[in-house]
Amino acid sequence: MARVPLSLPADAGVGFKPQHFGEILSGEQPIGFIEIHAENYMGAGGRPHAQLGKLCSRYPLSVHGVGLSIGSAEPLDRDHLARLKLLCDRYRPASFSEHLAWSSHAGLFLDDLLPLPYTPETLQRVANHIDMVQTTLRRRMLLENPSTYVAFGESTIPEVEFLAELAGRTGCGLLLDVNNVFVSARNHGTDPDEYLARFPLEHVGEIHLGGHDEQCDDIGAPLLIDAHGSPIAASVWRLYETVIARTGPLPTLVEWDNDVPPWPVLAAEARAVREALGRIRRGRAA
Amino acid sequence: MWSAAQQEFADALLDPERPVPGTLTRSAGRMSAKRFAVYRNNVVVGLVGALRARFPVVERIVGEDCFAATARDFVLSHPPRSPLLMCYGDAFPGFVATFAPLAGLPYLSDVARLEAARTRAYHAADAMPVHPAALQGVGADRLYGARATLHPSAHVIRSQHPIVTIWTMNSGESALGSIEDARPEDALVVRPHLAVTVRRLLPGGAALLEALAGGEELGRAAELATKSRPDFDLSANLAALIESGALAALGTPATGQEIAR
Repeated sequence: MARVPLSLPADAGVGFKPQHFGEILSGEQPIGFIEIHAENYMGAGGRPHAQLGKLCSRYPLSVHGVGLSIGSAEPLDRDHLARLKLLCDRYRPASFSEHLAWSSHAGLFLDDLLPLPYTPETLQRVANHIDMVQTTLRRRMLLENPSTYVAFGESTIPEVEFLAELAGRTGCGLLLDVNNVFVSARNHGTDPDEYLARFPLEHVGEIHLGGHDEQCDDIGAPLLIDAHGSPIAASVWRLYETVIARTGPLPTLVEWDNDVPPWPVLAAEARAVREALGRIRRGRAA
Repeated sequence: MWSAAQQEFADALLDPERPVPGTLTRSAGRMSAKRFAVYRNNVVVGLVGALRARFPVVERIVGEDCFAATARDFVLSHPPRSPLLMCYGDAFPGFVATFAPLAGLPYLSDVARLEAARTRAYHAADAMPVHPAALQGVGADRLYGARATLHPSAHVIRSQHPIVTIWTMNSGESALGSIEDARPEDALVVRPHLAVTVRRLLPGGAALLEALAGGEELGRAAELATKSRPDFDLSANLAALIESGALAALGTPATGQEIAR
């Protein structure tokens, strides 16, 4: 198998969906990398690995975990960590990332990215988990900021400081999900620009963009859902452009996990990312 | 302590009767129940979706609403224990068998077992099946003393119902119609290359495969199959088995000699 570079290019990428396999491999596509959810490739063989092998000979790969439960109070699931190591050893992805969230507790897997309080206790706990992941996988990981619908009364550390402190203590990088920034800010009545102004952008190794749903809660306040089932919202594009104006071009993934559209629709979103990155490049060169 | 708060959060997620954990707030105001309900909904919708993806024929048979209600009950009573959702629902066929509203569909649980086997076959390890030409000219004596390695994706589902016919009609592989001759059918699920296949086993085929999987020599396995079904036909079964791709190797381990791989 031809090996592709061990870092993600500062280009557009897409979350890979099996229904797009044929089109992604046919001709030139407006993407520079693909991302997969790690847990979908933890079977032994069959079509998922046959497809992934072919994709990896063509595009750099980002492995994005959704089930490690790094934010849990309990120790990490060693079996799951071993499965992640097997996957990373098999495909040598350019990047591995996971979430500042939890999904497992007391032996149950709850299949969602759940929130945690930000306290000195949880900071230490999460830092220990990141250390263990990076030691086991023998690579630097990226940690993604969450989208949240509730907050914890006992939180004493702002999320941005929590993430910056984790990056400082563990050496991990950050995955900045701009849609999550917008969703959380609207849900908590805070200012997304102010959040991004304080975000430690020097640690960001990848950006995520995706669509959200807009609802109201039962007391009439805005309730945005991180649904990944629609185009990227204009307000999120605007935030993204302010970020890359500061950082320069970064690897940027379009996530579309529900009501997955035909390939040309997803490719058009990726092309728009490429154009935004191109504008930044030209602006910097000028 | 985060551990206790996490426990309270997890308990409330899976039990809609429990109150929203008291520690939760919205940063700029009071907590609304609908916010916590987003998480409750995500968990149930996500897991029901995983079951829907794994059991599409069960859903087709009972209808979307009935499937959603059944799956929701299953999710809340049998939440997954592993982040590998490809394995979630191994207990769903057993749940379907005892779920009172579905008691009028006695074949449904076996159809669910067939669908569960299809996912396992989809993700099973790769192996090259024995080529049909490989057994030509092999003498009966050598063949009878041989032991088989089944393909890692091969699964046998025995049933008292015509599950292969039911599955085939409801998966779109054949036209829907009434089943005049509702004879029991045993299914072989196997994925010799990339596509999962579902076949109807010949009489005694399930007993033959189970004996081979248990390490019996082919001759002994054929005896056991004949005992279970007097109309068992070894050459027809062997030909069907090889044609299905369910045989990964055939050899005589005592001498280390391989007949076919």
